[in-house]
Amino acid sequence: MSNAIEIVDVQKRFGNVHALKGVNLAIKRGEFFGLLGPNGAGKSTLINIIAGLTRRDSGHVSVLGHDVTRDYRLTRRCLGVVPQELVFDPFFTVREVLRIQAGYFGLGRKNDAWIDELLYTLGLMNKANANMRALSGGMKRRVLIAQALVHKPEVVVLDEPTAGVDIGLRKSLWLFIQRLHHEGHTIVLTTHYLEEAEALCERIAILNHGNVVALDSMHGLLRKGIGMTVHIIVTVEEPVPLLPPELQAKLVSKQSGQLEFKLDRGVESIVEFLDRLRHTDIAITDLRTEEPDLEDVFLELTGEAAE
Amino acid sequence: MNVHGFLALFYKEVLRFSNVAWQTLGAPVVTALLYLLVFAQVLEGRVQAFEGVSYTAFLVPGLMMMAVIQNAFANSSSSLIQSKVAGHIVFVLLAPLSSLELFLAFVLAAVVRGLAVGACVGLVVMLFVPLPVHNPLLVVVFAFLGSAVLGTLGLIAGIWADKFDHVGAFQNFVIVPFSFLSGVFYSIHSLPVFWQRLSHFNPFFYMIDGFRYGFFGRSDVSPVLSLAIVGFFLSLLTTVTLAMLQRGYKLRS
Repeated sequence: MSNAIEIVDVQKRFGNVHALKGVNLAIKRGEFFGLLGPNGAGKSTLINIIAGLTRRDSGHVSVLGHDVTRDYRLTRRCLGVVPQELVFDPFFTVREVLRIQAGYFGLGRKNDAWIDELLYTLGLMNKANANMRALSGGMKRRVLIAQALVHKPEVVVLDEPTAGVDIGLRKSLWLFIQRLHHEGHTIVLTTHYLEEAEALCERIAILNHGNVVALDSMHGLLRKGIGMTVHIIVTVEEPVPLLPPELQAKLVSKQSGQLEFKLDRGVESIVEFLDRLRHTDIAITDLRTEEPDLEDVFLELTGEAAE
Repeated sequence: MNVHGFLALFYKEVLRFSNVAWQTLGAPVVTALLYLLVFAQVLEGRVQAFEGVSYTAFLVPGLMMMAVIQNAFANSSSSLIQSKVAGHIVFVLLAPLSSLELFLAFVLAAVVRGLAVGACVGLVVMLFVPLPVHNPLLVVVFAFLGSAVLGTLGLIAGIWADKFDHVGAFQNFVIVPFSFLSGVFYSIHSLPVFWQRLSHFNPFFYMIDGFRYGFFGRSDVSPVLSLAIVGFFLSLLTTVTLAMLQRGYKLRS
């Protein structure tokens, strides 16, 4: 069985900027795949190449075994892309937009039942005959998702679908995307919200400066020594005395009687650290540890903070 | 060929200008009537273009054709630049449509608008100025070819432009001068020899001259020559536009 998306040694330059430096990725059919990276890492360029919006300089990209350039009709029929920007055509109503989009894929009135289902599922039914201009940002975002799904594509690419969306809508979009995944769609998600990737994605690729710097399952990423840090949060009685320099160096935050230390597990022993802490004048009232999360991995690999 | 996809894009483009019909169909009729009012009042009886044809009657086909070509250009150019600037061009580019299907949908929608505007101008103006129709087929053929040429030029302008200013410049510095200097308001035989010769290098002249022949059976040059030149110009522009679409010039980075 062919992969949903296969990317082999893809390079892309924009003038002097080397946006993609030989990217290799294989996304399996039915997988929920996360594509992460800081701004300018090359995520959108890669998605645009998959979608045929940007032309690669070299390499090979296929969707369900079809080359995205040579077999563009086939690949576009099995691919639905939710663009990052909130773009809309102000001349039409929501229903007109969806019917026209379905028409591009050769689907006529027989597809109306599916359009109705999309409108209902995405909470757009009472806006079906409203002009796009009259919709709120969140509603427009839902229409973008409906447009991407109007031809029932097997592979769905969501380029930061929850950017600028309020928490309530974000959660409902998560549920909808999870439903699509359970129905058998391959999902490729790029996001700046790492908790989103952590909660949804089975496998994650981290892109930085046009290179894939990590590609594994969530557990795999943490196991491989990436992000092998542990956070120790100590609640102490105030006032907090001055810490010795070796402990001060590991302190990452200090607020209202709570001190957070970060240890590199491969180098430092937690027991030794706690012993040293005990020998100070600090009166500890509570102590807990936190395992590394995706943000630690992300920071370690990219050196940049995400939202 | 994705016929259904092409028809969907064509339908969208027609619906786009139909949704604002007052602006896209009504306004050009008012503009043509104003031209007719002013020029006919000032020049009737002073200028004789063809023997036995009043200046006002001579003017009408020119005004109709000018409305046809300017609106055909406006349709494809404004649609392209608006969708590029607003970003919703992405939905067309993500669709399984070939360069030829994109081209045909945009140009034929421009032709529909051009012909609709031409018909509206003709119907309204003919209420005031009776006009013979010598060869209706040639009237339709030249209107079709003229709007197709300008629809294609509009597509080129829309693809090339990065902002609305660029399309405005194309319209003001290319389309308007070429259409005003094409014999809309005069017969080129009334011009000095130098300007007569120069007019033969203006492709818009052949569109208007051939179109006018369809009404009066008389023209400055043979309608066959006009047909050949307009047809050649359309083929040339079609080749250029298809090459731009195929390369993804300024559409697919």
